[in-house]
Amino acid sequence: MDFRNDEMHEELLAVYKDFAEKAVAPLAAELDEQERFPEELIPTMAEMGLMGIAFPEEYGGMGMDELSYVQCVEEISKKCASTGVTLSGHASLCCWPIFHFGTEEQKAKYLPDLLAGKKLGAFGLTEANAGTDAAGQKTVAEDMGDYYLVNGSKMFITNAAYADIFIVMAMTDKSQGTKGISAFIMEKGMEGFSVGKKEHKMGIRGSNTCELIFENVKVPKENLLGKLGKGFALAMQTLDGGRIGIAAQALGIAEGALDVTVEYVKQRVQFGKPIAAFQNTQFELAQMKANTDAAKMLVYRAANALDNGEPYSILAAEAKLFAARNASDVTRRCLQLYGGYGYTREYPIERMMRDAKITEIYEGTSEVQMMVVGGSMIR
Amino acid sequence: MNILVCAKQVPDTTEIKIDPVTNTLIRDGVPAILNPYDGYALEAAARLKDKDPEVKIVVVTMGPEAAKAVSKECLAIAADKAYLVSGRSFAGSDTLATSYILYNAVKEIEKVEGKFDFIFCGKQAIDGDTAQVGPEMAEWLGYGQITNGLECEMNGDKLEVLKEGADGNLVLSIKAPAVVTFTKPSFDPRFPTIKRKMAANKAVIEVLGDGFNPDMDDAKIGLKGSPTFVRKSFTPPVAAGGEILKAETPEDVVKLLVGKLTESHVI
Repeated sequence: MDFRNDEMHEELLAVYKDFAEKAVAPLAAELDEQERFPEELIPTMAEMGLMGIAFPEEYGGMGMDELSYVQCVEEISKKCASTGVTLSGHASLCCWPIFHFGTEEQKAKYLPDLLAGKKLGAFGLTEANAGTDAAGQKTVAEDMGDYYLVNGSKMFITNAAYADIFIVMAMTDKSQGTKGISAFIMEKGMEGFSVGKKEHKMGIRGSNTCELIFENVKVPKENLLGKLGKGFALAMQTLDGGRIGIAAQALGIAEGALDVTVEYVKQRVQFGKPIAAFQNTQFELAQMKANTDAAKMLVYRAANALDNGEPYSILAAEAKLFAARNASDVTRRCLQLYGGYGYTREYPIERMMRDAKITEIYEGTSEVQMMVVGGSMIR
Repeated sequence: MNILVCAKQVPDTTEIKIDPVTNTLIRDGVPAILNPYDGYALEAAARLKDKDPEVKIVVVTMGPEAAKAVSKECLAIAADKAYLVSGRSFAGSDTLATSYILYNAVKEIEKVEGKFDFIFCGKQAIDGDTAQVGPEMAEWLGYGQITNGLECEMNGDKLEVLKEGADGNLVLSIKAPAVVTFTKPSFDPRFPTIKRKMAANKAVIEVLGDGFNPDMDDAKIGLKGSPTFVRKSFTPPVAAGGEILKAETPEDVVKLLVGKLTESHVI
């Protein structure tokens, strides 16, 4: 058992840190304030190879592992959680299912551009009335012989207005319940496919979140991803991996909050000394650091399991459950150490607190993670 | 086209702390980085390569074995090949001895890489801040030089360099072979890519050790080849920041100036 990074991971970590600090950090407050997508960062991330870290080189990926990808999401999220989830949504939720479930033709057609960052990916499962109860899909894909006719809509879709390639779940056989759901690869510009209302969110305001609308969209037969009727299983497996990305995002948010708070408490003087000198400050920092390091171990362990070909579904759920709660807890407690200044937009901590909350909700709420872990314990 | 970029490993001065007792720099545990100005020189070369893929970028670094980290960083950013000049006899070299050793290194490296059209350097290193090595190399080589370059591009057989000046910027042209030193441009240098980083990690850095060039004069290298004597070091007073007024016509500039002077009760 070795808890240290090897040389290659360590060097790439330095690249991620450098990028996050020099390119992402200066934009974070502005993206949040203006609810603006980090559009200008995508070409740089693409050039650096960040859009396809954990995919084989034969498809244009970097040939690195999940751990290195997770460390990239973590480093970016330390500075800007919106940019972190933009990457995670693209890589975990769009590139990954195409790589794992796609035919050779689909992989050859879609992966090179996605992994090179020339195209951005998104994933559509959630609907207005199908959130945690994802089985209640209303979007339908009717077999018309030569093509599928897709009608319906999706909600809360990350990267929606900027994505080129979408993985979309739709009912192909209502009578079969979850076994009647299939997955499709859809492309921006398909006739009848449009992006609807943009959500105005509490946090991760730089992340683009919109509705997808399908009105008689003709989807070619060859765009069926995986087997007919296996879309629900495909989505659940995709989310198992996606959760490691979100756990990494949550971990990054907590670490980023601690970084800025440690600096703040050393500067802020009350009662004649820096508030860092008070025992309450140190005890708070210590507890948050210990919990955040524990979250890190869980996140890295889940990534490591995926890399080693071990089952990782439970580990990913544990990592997301713990890291997300920790992100909310740490950002809230850090803001308390800032006091009144922390409640203003002059300082980044209130943004971090708003950003943290979503990690307890999307890609499976904390309650869903507990269902996954708890359910596995009593089987 | 062949470009040599000189890159130095320096302590990260943003991380340096002062020893409160001795008032000297605490260098222990301070991370070593690529001298930022050398990074700008590398970016200038990389931009020429973006336009002409035939451009070859070779990096030379002088320093201890650990300075290979800088060679590798340059490879990860844009360089095609890297050399390290490293030997006990080079220790203690001042700028004159350093430029003499680097001049010899240029001649030695050219035997393998072919003649360099341009030699790009950072205008100075952030540890010594002398800004002497680049110009001195030009003198040893007998080349023309432009200092304080911001950006550059090829125009026919000449390199056009936007040079930062105290009274505004100039565009100067220079023919190869030449030395150009660079300062901070208005854009940020590129980041290393994952692919290049992985390749750089495996790359072999050629080392030019003691006596790499038998023609090199031993009396001109190392401590004994260094005439510099540091009498005292101090922080010079910071010059007050001036302002350059710009307008369509000279008349408008004068109006602007009079307005400013009146506003600040000078006239």
